[in-house]
Amino acid sequence: MSGVRVLVGTRKGAFVLTSDAKRERWTVAGPHFGGWEIYHVKGSPAEPDRLYASQTSAWFGQLIQRSNDGGKTWEPVGNKFEYEGVTGTHQWYDGTPHPWEFKRVWHLEPSLSDPDTVYAGVEDAAIFRTTDGGQNWKELPGLRGHDTGKSWQPGAGGMCLHTIIVDPRNPKRIFTAISAAGVFRTDDAGETWRPVNRGLHSEFMPDPTAEVGHCVHRIALHPSRPDVLFMQKHWDVMRSGDAGESWQEVSGNLPTDFGFPIDVHAHEPETIYVVPIHSDSEHYPPEGKLRVYRSRTGGNEWEALTKGLPQKDCYVNVLRDAMAVDSLDSCGVYFGTTGGQVYASANAGDSWQAIVRDLPPVLSVEVQTLK
Amino acid sequence: MIRVVLPPHLRTLAHVDREVTLNVDGEVTQRSILDALETHYPMLRGTIRDHVTFQRRAFVRFFACSEDLSHESPDTPLPDPVAKGTEPFLILGAIAGG
Repeated sequence: MSGVRVLVGTRKGAFVLTSDAKRERWTVAGPHFGGWEIYHVKGSPAEPDRLYASQTSAWFGQLIQRSNDGGKTWEPVGNKFEYEGVTGTHQWYDGTPHPWEFKRVWHLEPSLSDPDTVYAGVEDAAIFRTTDGGQNWKELPGLRGHDTGKSWQPGAGGMCLHTIIVDPRNPKRIFTAISAAGVFRTDDAGETWRPVNRGLHSEFMPDPTAEVGHCVHRIALHPSRPDVLFMQKHWDVMRSGDAGESWQEVSGNLPTDFGFPIDVHAHEPETIYVVPIHSDSEHYPPEGKLRVYRSRTGGNEWEALTKGLPQKDCYVNVLRDAMAVDSLDSCGVYFGTTGGQVYASANAGDSWQAIVRDLPPVLSVEVQTLK
Repeated sequence: MIRVVLPPHLRTLAHVDREVTLNVDGEVTQRSILDALETHYPMLRGTIRDHVTFQRRAFVRFFACSEDLSHESPDTPLPDPVAKGTEPFLILGAIAGG
């Protein structure tokens, strides 16, 4: 029987939420790793019961946990993330050179075909890969070593590599996004990288259209059309039809141009979702109304989705890795908030229910569609 | 046998009770205790000191015999009661945060 498993990372542990395909009644399991920050949990598309979790702590550093039974039991695997070669410097907030220092893993992206291969996006920004199920991690140093690396600066949340997307048509092509450097693409499996940010405009930069320096919050694509990318930037929602070579703004009638997550409907490649947030100063929904916005036209024309979501006195945030979709016939959409709610829609966003309301602040949400 | 008390999160991680006992070869120092601890409990590598530099993590403290030994050299011999196993070597998470 088909169903879904929602993997939730929070400030104080991981939770696994499960339901059958109706998505009406939910079981909540957890916390796993109680008291630890769980930045991200994600399952292998090739072997869905194989999960990986990024477990971090200001006290005790970084751990990676692996499950082989869909999150019932876990084992720690390798946690040594050592930059390759000379680490060099990037720019600090005050513009001075600052040495690259590993802080944590923000995002784990399992290979689409091999359950033992996983990419890790880390702070300070770099990409690592394991090919032995997480026991050993090796940097792909071409990204951090890019000519522009010394000019990258952290965003307010740190200099994090937070998005990794492997092209489902061509595994040698990988997109990454870094706050606040921008989008980088490799076409040779991570040996060499180049920024693909043409068309982005960021007024906080001395040169608003510079090659790097943009605070990209999230990018997403539909697997059937991997050359079409969607982006929620610090300001503006953007679209690229040519694998990032050029970008056009598609913010259209959104009530604000700030937000963190963006995702694509599982069956409609032009249907996309964002959660507008009231500016980079407040970080909460405009007018106290929690609204997901959906565009069925790949951007520009947006409709507010409100049924089942709080429409007054709501001041939570939705972080960049905290939205996901399932691939059941009626596409499910899920997101988690800094207030600890995880909302689900079993009808592509038309209506919502809270699966759970009182978790710790949610850092990430991933969904597995189980056959 | 050397007695080592771990902070709660690391007890959970290593699946041990409050205190573990270790055989330590040679002189008993912070370094030799942590080497033995990480050999017996490899999942603790990187959680108390850095994988590469072996520097103590900033929010971890080492106490023994009512002394804060956190800023001692890792190769300084520890007090006799620790070496004899009459007093434990305490590894603590600093009190900070929420």
